[in-house]
Amino acid sequence: MVLSLTLICAFAAAALGGVYTLTKEPIEQAKQLKQTEAIAKVLPPYSTLSEPEEVGANIIHIAYDEQSEVAGAAVETSENGFGGKFRLIVGFDHTGNIVSYEVLEHQETPGLGSHMVDWFKTDKNNQSICGKSPATYAMRVSKEEGGKVDAITAATISSKAFLLAVNNAYDAFKQAVLADATSALDTLSQASDTTNLILGDTLITAGDSLTIDSLQLSSEQQTSEL
Amino acid sequence: MNKAIKTLTNGILRENPTFGLVLGMCPTLATTTSAINGMSMGLATMFVLVCSNVVISLLKNLIPDKVRIPSFIVIIATFVTLVQLTMQAYLPALYDTLGLFIPLIVVNCIVLGRAEAFAAKNNVGLSLLDGLGMGIGFTLSLTVLGAIREILGSGSIFGLQVYPDSYAPLIFVLAPGAFICLAYLMAAMKKIVK
Amino acid sequence: MVYLLIFISAIFVNNIVFSQFLGICPFLGVSKKIDTALGMGAAVTFVLTLATIVTYLLQKYVLVAFHVEFLQTILFILVIAALVQMIELVLKKVSPSLYQALGVFLPLITTNCCILGVAIMVGDGTWVSKIPNAESGLLQGTVYAFATAIGFALALVLFAGIREQLSLNRVPKAMQGTPIALLVAGLLAMAFMGFSGVV
Repeated sequence: MVLSLTLICAFAAAALGGVYTLTKEPIEQAKQLKQTEAIAKVLPPYSTLSEPEEVGANIIHIAYDEQSEVAGAAVETSENGFGGKFRLIVGFDHTGNIVSYEVLEHQETPGLGSHMVDWFKTDKNNQSICGKSPATYAMRVSKEEGGKVDAITAATISSKAFLLAVNNAYDAFKQAVLADATSALDTLSQASDTTNLILGDTLITAGDSLTIDSLQLSSEQQTSEL
Repeated sequence: MNKAIKTLTNGILRENPTFGLVLGMCPTLATTTSAINGMSMGLATMFVLVCSNVVISLLKNLIPDKVRIPSFIVIIATFVTLVQLTMQAYLPALYDTLGLFIPLIVVNCIVLGRAEAFAAKNNVGLSLLDGLGMGIGFTLSLTVLGAIREILGSGSIFGLQVYPDSYAPLIFVLAPGAFICLAYLMAAMKKIVK
Repeated sequence: MVYLLIFISAIFVNNIVFSQFLGICPFLGVSKKIDTALGMGAAVTFVLTLATIVTYLLQKYVLVAFHVEFLQTILFILVIAALVQMIELVLKKVSPSLYQALGVFLPLITTNCCILGVAIMVGDGTWVSKIPNAESGLLQGTVYAFATAIGFALALVLFAGIREQLSLNRVPKAMQGTPIALLVAGLLAMAFMGFSGVV
């Protein structure tokens, strides 16, 4: 009695072990594919992708073009929506404009909050957030003061949560990518300063004339105001 | 031959798992948000049903009576895990939608019910047909329910938009719609069968 | 605070019967009288909490530790079946009165999909996605399982109360039995939808 049950169990476990080893690789691949597909969808064309990097609670993948300059970055982030947590991947180009986004997982109400999957990509009224940067375009629902994005009909909470997640993703992007870029700019301007020094006289004269110009301008303004 | 046909059609009409026997209500209600989801769930259940029926009827003389039920459960769970792993590997999107309800096929009363009531008493051929018939019956009722909910709730059928979804009463794809649709469908079936 | 959220979410917002569709069979089967509904609710609460603790530990220290997560379904269902049998035996010896009250429901519980469903959700840690700030762990998982069972008992008792009234009404012939019960469940589900977004 016990023997036959044990035999059945052993046989079942062995069979499953076999199937498991067979399907292990395809399962991994399927998971990987889902991720890389989502990243590819939200990024501008790029040639290489950096290893995922954690910025706070977000994961950022930086994409480089052929000249190994930053082409953009995809940020994975999550937020509490109406029905629970949702996971989102937002793609930015190198200036911080949103290219596109993909919702990886969500628990929002079907037919209401679940519209977030494509609502904010649809170019209709002020729905779309694509091609805009959270730095210059207020990514808040238009019901709130200063907000510019139309919320999903009858799903304001989901929309607010979604836009909050987008802003969080942008903050992570700023921290990881734009910070690097500004430091790069700094080194660049320092380099140009040294060239200025070498050039010497001509530059100083040019600078002088500029100051004179601006002085004249300001005096003209004053007279017109008077 | 006559008996074979009878066994096959039994599950589809007279003893339809959903409308006749009222078994397996959880996946019936939960996964029928669209026709395609309902159908996939039905097919997954059908696979487990047919396989477990065949294996159990083959092993019925080797399994002692006292450990009958645990043995059946192990066999069923094995096939369920098989479906689970295969789906994860080759149909990941579908697996995400059906989610928890794939492992829960184990506790679907139809599967254990047919194993106990039919496969443990009949030969392999008939058990196969019984599993097939019950599976088809279950798949059909899930597909019909899914199609009705989809067309009412999101204005499409098998993913094809029939009318704009902003006109569709959303409640039918939500939880209450599942109960209400099934209630009326069951009443209608009662009337028709009679 | 998070425990309160778990309770509210599991009982009202994500009620196991009305929004997650688990445990529908006993919900329709043993809801004709309030007494039996209470008994079933108590039995489920007991088994679900205990089963979740056991399966969570098994998941953590056996399945994950030995990298055999694919045996989850098979192991969990066997453990639940064995646990139910054991509870039945122990109750019979220790507390005959409790056995009298719960005994008849115990064998039915093995095939109650809310037990396996919650065990898998807690084992995998997927339940946390519905509740802000919740973390997958033994304590919170157990609280979630307990709260879910309370939600199940609440649904069952509410439904039984309505069905007791319903049995006195004249219902059209085709709607008698399961159809009218499902319709009532649909209306209850609609009422529970009002809780969505609270947590």
